[in-house]
Amino acid sequence: MIPAILALLVCQLAGEAAARALGLTLPGPVLGMLLLMSGFALIPGLLALVRPVAQTLLANLSLLFIPAGVGIVGHLDKLGGQLIPILAAIVLSTILAIAVGALTFAAVARLTGTAE
Amino acid sequence: MTDFADIWTYLAQGPLLWLAATLAAYAIGDAAYRASGKSPLVNAVPVAVVLLALMLWITGTSYATYFEGAQFVHFLLGPATVGLALPLWEARHHVRRAILPILAALFAGSLTAMVSTLAIAHAFGVTGEVFASLAAKSTTAPVAIGIAEAVGGSPTLTAVLVILTGVTGAIVATSLLNLLGLTDWRARGFAVGVAAHGLGTARAMQVHPVAGAFAGLGMGLNAVLTALLAPVILNLFR
Repeated sequence: MIPAILALLVCQLAGEAAARALGLTLPGPVLGMLLLMSGFALIPGLLALVRPVAQTLLANLSLLFIPAGVGIVGHLDKLGGQLIPILAAIVLSTILAIAVGALTFAAVARLTGTAE
Repeated sequence: MTDFADIWTYLAQGPLLWLAATLAAYAIGDAAYRASGKSPLVNAVPVAVVLLALMLWITGTSYATYFEGAQFVHFLLGPATVGLALPLWEARHHVRRAILPILAALFAGSLTAMVSTLAIAHAFGVTGEVFASLAAKSTTAPVAIGIAEAVGGSPTLTAVLVILTGVTGAIVATSLLNLLGLTDWRARGFAVGVAAHGLGTARAMQVHPVAGAFAGLGMGLNAVLTALLAPVILNLFR
C-alpha cells in the first residue's frame, strides 16, 4: 500500500513542480496523471502496484468533494441575490453540454465507422 | 466528571471532530443513496453537504475551523486525480479506436458548457467575481480553482459552483441520455466527464466501467482545454 501511495504522491509532486517551473496553466495533478500513464507504459509491475489504492480512491471520489462543497456556507450571502440566475446558468448549460457532447460523439463515431 | 461543554470545546478545536463528521455525513448520504435503490436523484454529496452545513450553523462553527479537519479528505483530490491514470490506461484500446469522436465531443461539449453558462448568466445580468467564477465550472475542482484565480474569479466560490455543476450532471445524466436514445457507453461517459467532471465521473463509474473510463478521460481532457480556452471566452463577454 505504501509504495502505491508513494507512486501517486511522487507523480503529483513532479506534476506540481513541472507546472510551476514551466509556468503552465495546467494543474499539477493533471500533469501527474499523464506522468503516471507514461509510467504504466514504461515500468512493468507499476500498474499492479498502484491498482488497489487508485481503485479505492476512485470508488470514493464523491467523498473528496464534500469539504469544498461545505464552503457554500461562506457564500450564501453572495449567492443569495443571484441564486436563480446562477442555478439557471448551471443547470441549463450542464444539460446542454452533456447532450451536445454525447450526440457529437455518437455522430462522429457513426461517420468514421468506429461505432460500437 | 468533565461536563459536556468542556469536552465539546476541546473537540471542536482539533481536526478529529470535523474529519469524523465529514466521513459520517458521507456514510449517511451514501446509505440514503442505497436506500433509494441507487436513484440518481439522491446523491451522497448534496446530502452530506446539507448535513454538515446544518451542523456548522447549529454549533456556530466557522468554515475555517471545519476545514482544519476536512482538509485531510480535501487533500486526497490531488492523488485521486493522478489515480485517474488507471481507468484511462485500461481504456487505452477503446481510446485509440475512438480518437476522432473523442476530439469532436471534447470541443463541442467544452465550448457548449462555457459559452452557454456565460451567455445565460450574462443575460440575467450576473457580473464581476461570480461571472468570472462560472467560466470553469465544468472542470474538476483543483483545475477550476487555478483557472478562476487566473481570470479574476473567487477560488472558494468556484469550488461551490463546480460542485453544483457536478451534482446537476450526476442527477440528470442517466435520464437525459436515455431520452436522447444514446446507447454507446463511450459517448455517454465521455460527455458526462466533460460537462460534470469528477462527480459526473463518479456517477458514470457506478453505472458502467466503460462509461467510467471515458468520463475520466473527458474530465482530464476538458481540464486541459478549459485552462486554455476559459480566458479567451471570458474576454468575448467583457
